[in-house]
Amino acid sequence: MDASTRVGASNAEKGISSGARKRRTSWTPAWVPYAQAAPLALVFFLFFILPLVATFVVSFWNYTEYSIEPAFVLSNYQDVFYGCFSGSPALCTTFATYLSTLKFVAIVWVATLLIGFTVAYFLAFHIRTLPMQIALFMVCTIPFWTSNVIRMISWIPLLGRNGLVNEMLTSIGLVDAPIEWLLYSDFAVALALVHLYTLFMVVPIFNSMMRIDRSLIEAAYDAGASGWQTLTNVIIPLVKPGILIGSIFVVTIVTGDYLTIGIMGGQQIASVGKTIQTQINFLQFPIAAANAIVLLAVVLLTIWGMLRLVDIRKEL
Amino acid sequence: MTILKETRGGITRRSILKASAALAGAGVVTKVTGFPAIAQEKVTLRYLSTAVNQSPAIAAKAGEDLGINIEYIAVTTDDVAKRVITQPNSFDLVDTEYFALPKLLPSGNIMGLDASKIKLSDKIASVIRNGTVDGKKVGLDGTAPTEVLYLPDEEATEFAGEETGFLTLIPTTYNADTLGIRPDLIDGPVDSWAALLDPKFKGKAATLNIPSIGIMDAAMAIEARGDMKYGDKGNMTREEIDKTIAVLIEAKRNGQFRAFWTDFNESVNLMASGEVVIQSMWSPAVTAVRTQGIECKYQPLKEGYRAWASGFGLPVAIGDREKDAAYEFINWFLSGWAGAHLAKQGYYTAVLETTKEAMEPYEWAYWFEGKPAEKDIMSPDGKLLEKAGATRDGGSYDERMGAVACWNAVMDENIYMIRKWNEFIAA
Repeated sequence: MDASTRVGASNAEKGISSGARKRRTSWTPAWVPYAQAAPLALVFFLFFILPLVATFVVSFWNYTEYSIEPAFVLSNYQDVFYGCFSGSPALCTTFATYLSTLKFVAIVWVATLLIGFTVAYFLAFHIRTLPMQIALFMVCTIPFWTSNVIRMISWIPLLGRNGLVNEMLTSIGLVDAPIEWLLYSDFAVALALVHLYTLFMVVPIFNSMMRIDRSLIEAAYDAGASGWQTLTNVIIPLVKPGILIGSIFVVTIVTGDYLTIGIMGGQQIASVGKTIQTQINFLQFPIAAANAIVLLAVVLLTIWGMLRLVDIRKEL
Repeated sequence: MTILKETRGGITRRSILKASAALAGAGVVTKVTGFPAIAQEKVTLRYLSTAVNQSPAIAAKAGEDLGINIEYIAVTTDDVAKRVITQPNSFDLVDTEYFALPKLLPSGNIMGLDASKIKLSDKIASVIRNGTVDGKKVGLDGTAPTEVLYLPDEEATEFAGEETGFLTLIPTTYNADTLGIRPDLIDGPVDSWAALLDPKFKGKAATLNIPSIGIMDAAMAIEARGDMKYGDKGNMTREEIDKTIAVLIEAKRNGQFRAFWTDFNESVNLMASGEVVIQSMWSPAVTAVRTQGIECKYQPLKEGYRAWASGFGLPVAIGDREKDAAYEFINWFLSGWAGAHLAKQGYYTAVLETTKEAMEPYEWAYWFEGKPAEKDIMSPDGKLLEKAGATRDGGSYDERMGAVACWNAVMDENIYMIRKWNEFIAA
């Protein structure tokens, strides 16, 4: 999913920069820009477009325990949505899974946006010198010096039944028995996701804030705007692209995430990724492919919806 | 992808599978066969299995004794099967579970082993050969090795119903699994699989998120509780699957489970941290908890054990030189040293006689006869496992393997079962 956003973003950049270059260097032959773009296009074609097409094709195939057979059947998609439109009051597996994912997307998006915006605001407007800004920005990236699995696992001794938090709470007498919902729960999943992905919000918002012309803020101040009015009328509209890019990162990553949900949720919480993984492990490639296509469609729809809110090309 | 040694058919399902794997850009290791073998060069066997079975000491010793270079390819249980089917020429020797065979054999990628080339083939443990221990039949629910051991000929894709001269897999390790418990955190005895679903352990139980094994542990618990009786726990009907999953969903909604695990290490952590006090567990995991100095018991239960067995198979695409080396390696493997090395980690081995010869008498008495340890019991790498005086949970080989109730399995309704299992996880 993040690959697809990257493609989108870099294609946009490519379009703009090659267009600009074309005007500047009109004496070069017309094929030169194509040649320049070719290596990247080839890489995308081989490692992104082709696998994607293969996945799409395979999602219509038949399968047995040990083989997949070319065919054109819709049974994999019917299986994905098995029981979803039967009218029974209970949600089908797929809808329940997406609903649970959607819940995490909403929680994590709000939390990372609030934290990310605050951190970026502090870095951009309250730290005066560039070296200090860079230094503090580096501090934000320290957790990323290790793998995200390790970052997740470090929560376990902290939040567990006999973990540090529970031991502290019981020793100061706040609770009698250890709090169970700290680990292997929705709370733990949301906490870990926010921890993992806040930086994805900080970076683009910080970037947008640094581009704001400071004289605009001075002008707002001179015109008598309060701090809050400056924030809502000047800064937020100007950092919208940053917020949007950060949101796309967070939303797409959380939608496709299954490691964090698996580890922090004690594998008791469903995620689309985990469903796909289970199916692949049992060699049910076609239904896994169908699930992947559905997931891709959901993510693309989300991105499309978000891009309609802000015209990112114009803003960049 | 082009140099495939096709033995049957023209365009087959597996060639399509292979082609699609290549299409998907999978990192396919293609072995170029047909190069003249250079006599001086050491032959290399690419040994595909789970990491648990891959002891560096065995590879080193085989290199010393046979001059064969063992190159381990470590993947997860599910990935072993996946790789046999999708990348059949990426290995020369596979160590896989018997329960995967109903999937692997029809793919045509596994070749039968010629029993006449295996010196000790008639000495292979009776529980694998004909499902008996000490002359008595054990439970054969599920994919019992004896049912999938024989082939009518070397290139068969269906099992033979009777004893023949061709074997699917030569056993490497096998064992009887049960529930692991933390006796220090549990009041009162645990003696039945029903304990897994006992509300007494609410929020402190765990099971595996590997559907084929997890559902069998659940079935053992449900049957023990007296809720229902299964025709064959390893091959349930759709109705039985529905009922089993319904019970699991109810237990999950009531907060019975603390977590599920897929990886051996996760089960160790759950148990060692005290998050879980009772769970489905594998024998080496219990050992791993104990080596941390934490009490953990591999509790024998009155309904019996769920057993598994793993063994060597050969890919059809194997080269002649590698094939000879593989037979040589398998013969060496059965001859004692390797067996003893694995037995000291708690596994049972294919040929008990040679294992016994290669172990110290006190070690054999502890691991296989259920007697109290005369001396401290050490792991192969020299760590203290048990102090003198300890006995093995579950007792002797005959007591443990003799009490097997069912075997790890792939069901006929596997596809349906996985859909229902996903429903359980999403519930």
